[in-house]
Amino acid sequence: MIENKTVKTPKGTVEYLEGGSGPDLVFLHGAGGVTADSPFMAALAAKYHVVAPFLPGYGESEDNPEIRDMLDVTLHTFDVLDALGLSKPILVGHSLGGMVAAEMAAVAPNDVDRLCLIAAAGLWIDAYPAPDMFSLLPRELPEYLFHDVQAGTAMMTSNVSMSDPKFLIPFLVRNARQLGMAGKLLFPIPERGLKDRIHRIKAKTVLVWGDSDRMFPAPYAQAFKGGIKGAELVSVPEAGHMVIVEQTPAVMAAIARLG
Amino acid sequence: MKFTWFNLMPWPYLPDDFREKNRSVWVDIDSKLYDPVRGHVVYNDYLDLLEYADTLGFDGVGINEHHQNGYGLMPSPNIMAAALTRRTSKAAVVVLGNSIALYNPPVRVAEEFAMLDVMSGGRLVAGFPVGTSMDTNFCYGQIPALTREKYAEAHEMIIRAWTEDKPFAFNGRYNKLRHVNIWPKSLQKPHPPIHIPGGGSVETYDFCIDNTYSYSYLSFSGYLRAKALLAGYWDQVVKRNAPDTSPYRAGFAQTVFVAETDEEAERLYSEHAFYFYNRCLHVFAGFADAPGYRTVKTIQSGALNQYGRPEYPKLTWKDLVDGGYIIAGSPETVRQRFEDLIKSLNVGNIFLLLHVGNMPKDLCMYSTKLFAEKVLPHLRNMWPEYADDNRFWCSPLAERALPAPLGPDFAPALASATQPQMVPAK
Repeated sequence: MIENKTVKTPKGTVEYLEGGSGPDLVFLHGAGGVTADSPFMAALAAKYHVVAPFLPGYGESEDNPEIRDMLDVTLHTFDVLDALGLSKPILVGHSLGGMVAAEMAAVAPNDVDRLCLIAAAGLWIDAYPAPDMFSLLPRELPEYLFHDVQAGTAMMTSNVSMSDPKFLIPFLVRNARQLGMAGKLLFPIPERGLKDRIHRIKAKTVLVWGDSDRMFPAPYAQAFKGGIKGAELVSVPEAGHMVIVEQTPAVMAAIARLG
Repeated sequence: MKFTWFNLMPWPYLPDDFREKNRSVWVDIDSKLYDPVRGHVVYNDYLDLLEYADTLGFDGVGINEHHQNGYGLMPSPNIMAAALTRRTSKAAVVVLGNSIALYNPPVRVAEEFAMLDVMSGGRLVAGFPVGTSMDTNFCYGQIPALTREKYAEAHEMIIRAWTEDKPFAFNGRYNKLRHVNIWPKSLQKPHPPIHIPGGGSVETYDFCIDNTYSYSYLSFSGYLRAKALLAGYWDQVVKRNAPDTSPYRAGFAQTVFVAETDEEAERLYSEHAFYFYNRCLHVFAGFADAPGYRTVKTIQSGALNQYGRPEYPKLTWKDLVDGGYIIAGSPETVRQRFEDLIKSLNVGNIFLLLHVGNMPKDLCMYSTKLFAEKVLPHLRNMWPEYADDNRFWCSPLAERALPAPLGPDFAPALASATQPQMVPAK
């Protein structure tokens, strides 16, 4: 049973999901956010005490204009863990969340000892430019997010009616809040200097990558592996950028390698 | 009324199948479509046209800033403005404007605008757009959610650079300058009049009202569709207790074609109108609005001009005329519609798009001359009660220096220019 809760932090109220029991695990979501009914959350809660804080602007987490850059988000996320009384949880991040998790582990290497980066953002390779995700139209997204584009499209477009203003305005507001925040770290190029700090990571690290990731293709996984001492790479067949929903059991098995 | 002859400076050689073969005229337009040899002539023609407008008595000549864009070839409007200061003599030079969040540091804008103001003898009207999402975010890489904060800081720095009379330190978030002390300062005091192009952001309304800047709605959808947006602005002017509702607090851009008769207008200009609406405005939807560029407040207000944008390719000449996208026809037709526009929008500043798309120079001159001689005189005094409102227009020097004539007279003029002798300091 996953519950929506809130906690106060120095930078405003933060909404988070909490559920399950077992070792503490913190999941940092990607640019699309995460909801209580996510099957991935259910899988995590089956084995761990999982906490998934929302970035400012996501859900009930307050927008905060003072959170502008990578360092602001990194420190804010540590503040969230402090406010929740979590010390050295297993730190798991997907995509944008992976970028934040990697920064946390690089900025405070003695405070993060187990790290799982799933299809993480944060590096840039000129020869493999990531798509301009902020200019993608909704109908173009599934191609970049899913191995099975058809199934992904169906997943993304259920209950969606862009022609209805009653749906459209809240949709645009949510987009502006969420992706406005995500853009502070990802726009126009999803790189904020991690390459200069990645060597500081001391955590035991597992990298999880879908073989068909078209957002950050395979060379990005190799770049993370090359940057983090002792990192182990788990490549997942028949999975795209949304490997957490396309191949949830494989991701769970990879996280389990952190012990 | 103030009429500014405005040129977007479009690329006139976009191919017939441009829409089919390209997803966007802006941001990632195929660079192979640009030909600098033709471009040389295009720039020359466009400057000729602006200069021609000055000779016909238009109040202003107008230009603006766009990037990576086939409909506007002016990444640096200040370069065009500098050229215009030399070969125009009466018209205001309306630079609408510099996207101030893009200049690093923004004192660059204070300096260049001050130079233009001094060079033109106080003829500068300055514009400070936030810039479209295409320009500001997708071409110039500004983070959407931080663009407005950066803009606000740039604005503060520029105004202080213009108005403070001692060097000062500026400790901003995006700009840290220990010594701000621009040379030259603007000629107009405390600074040139400022126009703010906006597209319906409520924050921009308040910004204009609070600073006594003119709000310019530069839409291509025509005045009938602009009524709701400008009504929102005027409501806010009242709500915010502005001291007056002077029509010079607002400006509007309108596409216009004048001929001897309505039929002649269609015959002469329709292909150029279609070129503009079908090719020049062919912008990929994904570039229109980076998430975070618009504030939540603005989205909630529902003032999103890009949604519900008409399908331009389906519009006929009649649709364009009847829908008010364009004002076209005989001088009498055009006059009547402009009266309707000016009254219904309550605007004192008009930016006339008399050059549109791939219009050739001679045709544009024909339309421009008819407007100047047969339309403009009838519209001059639409707002007699605000005739003295000079807050939103330039105040040039009464006696202004002129370029020395070229040719045989050039050498004596040069000699006279060197006559004042430098006196060594004691």
